[in-house]
Amino acid sequence: MSGNSAAPLVQVRGLSKSFGTNQVLKGVDLDVRRGEVVAIIGSSGSGKTTLLRCINLLERYDSGSVQVDGVEVGYRADKHPRGEHELARIRAGTGMVFQLFNLFPHLTAAENVMLGLRKVRRMGKRQARELAEHWLSRVGLSEKFASLPIELSGGQQQRVGIARAVAMNPKVLLLDEITSALDPELVGEVLTVVHQLAREGMTMILVTHEMTFARDVAARVVFMDGGRVAVEGTPREVFGTQTHERLRSFLARIELKGV
Amino acid sequence: MSVMIAALPFLWQGLLVTLEVSALVVAVSLVLGVLLGSGLTYGPRIVAWPIRIYSDVVRGTPLLVLIFFIYYALPATGLKIGNLWAALVALAAFETAHVAEVARGALQSIHPGQTEAGKAIGLTFEQRMLYVVFPQALRRFLPPWVNTVVDTVKGSALVSLVGIVDLMLSIQQVIGRTFRPMPLYILGALIYFIINYALSLTARRLEARFAYVRE
Repeated sequence: MSGNSAAPLVQVRGLSKSFGTNQVLKGVDLDVRRGEVVAIIGSSGSGKTTLLRCINLLERYDSGSVQVDGVEVGYRADKHPRGEHELARIRAGTGMVFQLFNLFPHLTAAENVMLGLRKVRRMGKRQARELAEHWLSRVGLSEKFASLPIELSGGQQQRVGIARAVAMNPKVLLLDEITSALDPELVGEVLTVVHQLAREGMTMILVTHEMTFARDVAARVVFMDGGRVAVEGTPREVFGTQTHERLRSFLARIELKGV
Repeated sequence: MSVMIAALPFLWQGLLVTLEVSALVVAVSLVLGVLLGSGLTYGPRIVAWPIRIYSDVVRGTPLLVLIFFIYYALPATGLKIGNLWAALVALAAFETAHVAEVARGALQSIHPGQTEAGKAIGLTFEQRMLYVVFPQALRRFLPPWVNTVVDTVKGSALVSLVGIVDLMLSIQQVIGRTFRPMPLYILGALIYFIINYALSLTARRLEARFAYVRE
């Protein structure tokens, strides 16, 4: 069923998704290999966040295919939409970090990380706590195990968010504009953690407005425009000599904003 | 004053009935109301719509009308229930609708990102409710819910109108024998107030206890 290392870990084919009459994705193809880091860029409304959210079924897709590790995420073999419990099991295999952190405010940093380990991975309390503390230490929060989200800075909260996702040992990590809501001086500490994960071979798909970051961390950059993949290549190809008109104007606009 | 003290032993039984009726209605309406409120918030249309209609109709009807309706209408359909049960059903139906709205409001106040974060780590719907949404919604739920409890205690006085000897009817019976309405109504009001004020104080302490979600 899975484990074929030659096949891409994430395979998206002809992915389409509409919100009412507004077609946001118009047949997207994307392959992500094991251990690869892919950055998705594009102006707002280009469909990049929707694409990310279709990969772990936070949005249902209308047609096309999304496979993670050889398993179609949204539908069974007979095209029947998957039920709640199947979806939960499949979602547990992908991690997601959110723009607005979405930490559980009633739980401490350690408990935020432990919840999935306890209830989804069915770990004992002690084992879950050890693993949670391990990952919180890895993201530089060894002093903050018992802190509530409200007591943490934005950058610290987002690092808890990363620990919460990574502790579940996901096959692929989805990062949705994870620095967009942060004060500029807090962006660095979060990106450092992502760099570290990339070096350790974590497969990641990240939607970002940080072009420097995309260039530094990603093996491949995908430029989305109008619900399609418009340009795809190495950072050098995408950010270097550019012939695609829309990409050039997008990069120029980003440049002007001083990012 | 001496009339009030002399009357107290005669009110004891009625006070117990008031407390029992209230407790039963609070318990039933809490369970049903939270279920219906969840249905309103998360249910598909086929679930949410009937609940919406039920809630709007019941909340738009005076409790007294509801009590008389069930008291007279149910026997007419061949369903024979005593006056106590008719009153209990009416009160519970009324409070359930209010609790459902309180629950809906509390659940809707939780940011959708919380549900998404729960989904993203692989929690099922039940787990997301149990570990993510309900603990956070509890704090928003408690203050307005205590109001419905206070309303229940006050509303329970209406069951006296279908002949149930609760605190209210006990007071009227003592008045019937003593012809001293003023001190006895003051006494009655005082007892209702003490019950409800105690409830409000408890609610405030509970609120502080669950103050982990700060705005």
